[in-house]
Amino acid sequence: MTDSKYFTTTKKGEIFELKSELNNDKKEKKKEAVKKVIASMTVGKDVSALFPDVVNCMQTDNLELKKLVYLYLMNYAKSQPDMAIMAVNTFVKDCEDPNPLIRALAVRTMGCIRVDKITEYLCEPLRKCLKDEDPYVRKTAAVCVAKLYDINSSMVEDQGFLDQLKDLLSDSNPMVVANAVAALSEINESSSSGSPLVEMTPQTVNKLLTALNECTEWGQVFILDSLANYSPRDEREAQSTCERITPRLAHANAAVVLSAVKVLMKFMEMLPSDSEFVTSLTKKLAPPLVTLLSSEPEVQYVALRNINLIVQKRPDILKHEMKVFFVKYNDPIYVKLEKLDIMIRLASQANVAQVLSELKEYATEVDVDFVRKAVRAIGRCAIKVEQSAERCVSTLLDLIQTKVNYVVQEAIVVIKDIFRKYPNKYESIISTLCENLDTLDEPEARASMIWIIGEYAERIDNADELLESFLEGFADENSQVQLQLLTAIVKLFLKRPSDTQELVQQVLSLATQDSDNPDLRDRGFIYWRLLSTDPAAAKEVVLAEKPLISEETDLLEPTLLDELICHISSLASVYHKPPSAFVEGRAGIRKSLPASARAGSEGVESTESQAAPAVIPAQDSLIGDLLSMDIGGPTVAPVAAAPAAPFGSAAMDLLGGGLDTLLGETSSSPAPPSALAASSAALLGDIFGAPAASATYVAPKTTWLPAEKGKGLDISGSFVRRNGQLFMDLTFSNKAMQPMLGFAIQFNKNSFGITPASPLQVQSPLPPGVAADASLPLATTGPVQKMEPLTTLQVAVKNNVDVMYFACQIPMHALFVEDGQMDKRVFLATWKEIPAQNEVQYTITNVMHSADTVVSRMQQNNVFTIAKRNVEGQDMLYQSLKLTNGIWVLNELKIQPGNPNITLSLKSRTPNVAEGVFQAYDNILHG
Amino acid sequence: MIGGLFVYNHKGEVLISRVYRDDIGRNAVDAFRVNVIHARQQVRSPVTNIARTSFFHIKRANIWMAAVTKQNVNAAMVFEFMLKVIDVMQSYFGKISEENIKNNFVLIYELLDEILDFGYPQNTDTGVLKTFITQQGIKSQTKEEQAQITSQVTGQIGWRREGIKYRRNELFLDVLEYVNLLMSPQGQVLSAHVAGKVVMKSYLSGMPECKFGINDKIVMEAKGKGMTTEDPARSGKPVVVIDDCQFHQCVKLSKFETEHSISFIPPDGEFELMRYRTTKDISLPFRVIPLVREVGRTKMEVKVVLKSNFKQSLLGQKIEVKIPTPLNTSGVQLICLKGKAKYKASENAIVWKIKRMAGLKETQLSAEIELLETDTKKKWTRPPISMNFEVPFAPSGFKVRYLKVFESKLNYSDHDVIKWVRYIGRSGLYETRC
Repeated sequence: MTDSKYFTTTKKGEIFELKSELNNDKKEKKKEAVKKVIASMTVGKDVSALFPDVVNCMQTDNLELKKLVYLYLMNYAKSQPDMAIMAVNTFVKDCEDPNPLIRALAVRTMGCIRVDKITEYLCEPLRKCLKDEDPYVRKTAAVCVAKLYDINSSMVEDQGFLDQLKDLLSDSNPMVVANAVAALSEINESSSSGSPLVEMTPQTVNKLLTALNECTEWGQVFILDSLANYSPRDEREAQSTCERITPRLAHANAAVVLSAVKVLMKFMEMLPSDSEFVTSLTKKLAPPLVTLLSSEPEVQYVALRNINLIVQKRPDILKHEMKVFFVKYNDPIYVKLEKLDIMIRLASQANVAQVLSELKEYATEVDVDFVRKAVRAIGRCAIKVEQSAERCVSTLLDLIQTKVNYVVQEAIVVIKDIFRKYPNKYESIISTLCENLDTLDEPEARASMIWIIGEYAERIDNADELLESFLEGFADENSQVQLQLLTAIVKLFLKRPSDTQELVQQVLSLATQDSDNPDLRDRGFIYWRLLSTDPAAAKEVVLAEKPLISEETDLLEPTLLDELICHISSLASVYHKPPSAFVEGRAGIRKSLPASARAGSEGVESTESQAAPAVIPAQDSLIGDLLSMDIGGPTVAPVAAAPAAPFGSAAMDLLGGGLDTLLGETSSSPAPPSALAASSAALLGDIFGAPAASATYVAPKTTWLPAEKGKGLDISGSFVRRNGQLFMDLTFSNKAMQPMLGFAIQFNKNSFGITPASPLQVQSPLPPGVAADASLPLATTGPVQKMEPLTTLQVAVKNNVDVMYFACQIPMHALFVEDGQMDKRVFLATWKEIPAQNEVQYTITNVMHSADTVVSRMQQNNVFTIAKRNVEGQDMLYQSLKLTNGIWVLNELKIQPGNPNITLSLKSRTPNVAEGVFQAYDNILHG
Repeated sequence: MIGGLFVYNHKGEVLISRVYRDDIGRNAVDAFRVNVIHARQQVRSPVTNIARTSFFHIKRANIWMAAVTKQNVNAAMVFEFMLKVIDVMQSYFGKISEENIKNNFVLIYELLDEILDFGYPQNTDTGVLKTFITQQGIKSQTKEEQAQITSQVTGQIGWRREGIKYRRNELFLDVLEYVNLLMSPQGQVLSAHVAGKVVMKSYLSGMPECKFGINDKIVMEAKGKGMTTEDPARSGKPVVVIDDCQFHQCVKLSKFETEHSISFIPPDGEFELMRYRTTKDISLPFRVIPLVREVGRTKMEVKVVLKSNFKQSLLGQKIEVKIPTPLNTSGVQLICLKGKAKYKASENAIVWKIKRMAGLKETQLSAEIELLETDTKKKWTRPPISMNFEVPFAPSGFKVRYLKVFESKLNYSDHDVIKWVRYIGRSGLYETRC
């Protein structure tokens, strides 16, 4: 007998027919009818009208029929709350049934009926079932507490179900323990107070670890996932827990393996990274991860997304396993794409040859997305592993020869990146690239090609013709291409002014007069005025040396990565997004790795705040634009301040004949509408003037030696940095009655080895009542001795009267050197390397600056922004600085729009400089 | 946790729909159909996020199964669970097909109610489920029977019931290995690994404790050290280096971790005892040497040499070599020394079948492929040559050393158990690029 007949129903009068069948006396008929109802329900028909008739069938000793009726009830009770009450009696009676299966069924179903009145009746039976003699009933009741919490959380707390649930953690039956853990974890996650209702203690952890060995695979997952939320008290506990979890890595269920990996990755953070235990654990992690790749493709996909995270966090684990990520011909596309990503992450000098030959193979496959990604991967290889660049380029050239349209376009995009990484190295291939000009139809490829032509205009004989050909359809181009074309033609003009004047005028007028795009117009105006005012400055700005791009293009931001590591195996790790990005409502408690001291502040700040939409581009991105870096792809390393153009009053002479002087021949000078001229003068002023206004922070001079102690000599002073040189600016005032002469100065040994670079030059003799300024250049080559506090400098000043001693504080920012910009990659590596105990936190209060202002202010004081990210409305800045004695300091700033407080996390190998650095930030940002 | 589970046919019609959580509305069923099954562009990930709701899906034959959630669930668990559901359904009613699902929908609902509670997977072991989800109703059970069922569903040994009796205690061990290979045209091994499993069929009385021994390198070395006098016979024995292994849930993992011994109480009947993976010293049973020459634009010559590389006394079986041909192939002339070869236009490949081939032999096939002249610029991408086979040994070198059975309560000893061991090596993805 088959059930499929229930899916085919006669349309007319169906409900009526079912109704009479449901009320039939014969049991078999009844059952048939209920089955029909369920089938209709499944395909989406509304059969709620049959509610009373179906509920009438509930009182039966036929378990199959009962289950069907319950299924119906769960679906429709909410829409018919009054009728649902009719079922309560049966439920309560069933909860007392001698058969444990029926007791469990009743309590399980009751929890799924979300009707207030029924919930009231649920409490008593649930309380009994939680203490039932049969473990099957208890394990069902445990989950029911979570159901009840979802419906009415206060009832669970008031009725003491939480304590009962906690008691179940010590149950003798492992499955009861597992379900109780699952329920508790869910309740903790969704608790309205935001803090867990039930804290785990070492005792409960111990019980869980015991149950772990005995329960079902799913139970093991519940237990491991909840252990991942626990923070061991100390290293010893972390290590012993790890030891007990490691055997799970050999489980056949991928979910158990990944959850175990999660706990281990998290707890490993607490252990010293050079300990033998961590080394051996790292070794043990690789094989199970590799084995996950032989599971079903869907599981593989989850595993690969997680491996992607693990490889970023701990590159050592899989560094020798490159081969297992080679793509198989019949892998599903989603597996292929993920494997490709991981291959690039694992690429290194040692294996790059192998990787390249694989990538070349992939680039000839059929799937367009995959091929594109493979081509892109070749470019990333070139940028990542310098030694392979040459082979990569030749591989890309081979691919261009295939003439497959999308391959060519993709190849050109990545070659552009290779040019940016290794300028003046592979220009010989430009002619080959130019051959493919006609086939490019995607904006990114066109823009890349135009960038190449503009950048190397002097080597391409017909660059003007090529660019002109693009100009014909200027209006129809994508804005990315338009911007690029504008810049490229300006570059060409600056390089070959004699014969391209017409072209540049054409593009400038197209950009400024015929375009609706404000970005394009503005850029057009800027170029126009630059060219007309000061062509030399234009050259300096447009043809400035560009920063090299860095290889780590798509690494996750460290704090996000750490958070995702805590979510291994979960959806967050599949999406590579924090749960708050895709889970509705409160995201629960934000997770962070145990050792990081950041956890506390993050919890508070995780409330979502919307960043104000940025209308005005950030200063650095604007400069980036000027340098024509607007092509997507690998991120640009933070742009160093553009060479400040000597502007001054020349800015006013907008319509002056700069162009003409450059050309040395007469031409109708371009005349933009004069109404715009005034406003754009202000614009230029904004861009070039603003940085000049706020220069390096200089602390006001303070009195170091009052006259009463200095036998009539009063000294005040401060420290400054000018053009990379540290100076001590001093003011000597003679408050005595007779003139002073014979001044000399000497420093005691100090923390930074500061010593006068030349003898003290001060007006001598110094008549009474006169003050004289002196500027003493300082060197940092003197003898070093650690001072307390670190920045103390003891000074002796001698004159004809006596020798005076005093001590002063060197403001730390004066010691920040100009080459304090760390490479992005080095920054990431260093941040990871420096142990967490070296991290110090500080809150800078009352700063009303936006992130961009902070960036520029700090930059003027030799604190360099390595990267900037926006995470859930907060701006994260990563800054580096170097002290005169070579100590590097890495900072992470968290800035929330609207919040006057900035959180600063500092990492350095010598954390005792922190105090001074904090002081410097305070001064600079408030100064 | 899992908020709902839906099953659709290939047209997107709902066959099964079970919602576990209140946050999943009725429109979720349609959202998946519209955005995934009927999506204009084929969905390229098994996880899809539609309006803050996540859908996990797997497709087997013509059936779509989707799990839906609004929370940050354990993704690996969801997929493992769905695969398990398919397993369970298969063991209840055979092949997964629209017909079978419709025929058994009441049973499926009953199962789904049992194995997933509020979105939390419960005991999914088919052996145990079959003791109480039967479609016959359970009215006739005695109290003892009921207690036995519940203790089994929740018990520490959830995979075996008490009181099993056999007149003849017997067990079968199958060591099944899949050799995976990717070889370059020049014969360089790009990657090779063996995915092996040990499948056990046990027909044993009572609650027997089993101990399983293999020639794993770590164990063998530990043993070697422990012996006072060097055993010359043993030292020459081959060992296998296992990269990683996984066990059925009956195996005591902590014992394996500490003592490296595999001990367990087996489920009754057939189950997969362990899975393992090796990459070192794999003996590749066959070698394919391709030679492809393109003669002008309309002709190609292919020569494939096949060498068997194992003991002469053994026989390889079910050998099949699949040589891909370009899409514009118009005709193929074939000559092969052994077996039968055929050009299959529907598969765009030459399929060369050889029933049996002894070890250390060599044979070859040559083909002339005529091509239609086409104007498409697109190059033919030359997919790899793949092959299938079966050989009666374990290519990894894996050996079963012993399987001891102890049952203390019933009086039968290890010697009374009849044991059978069999080794089979099969091709996994065995490819040679050409």
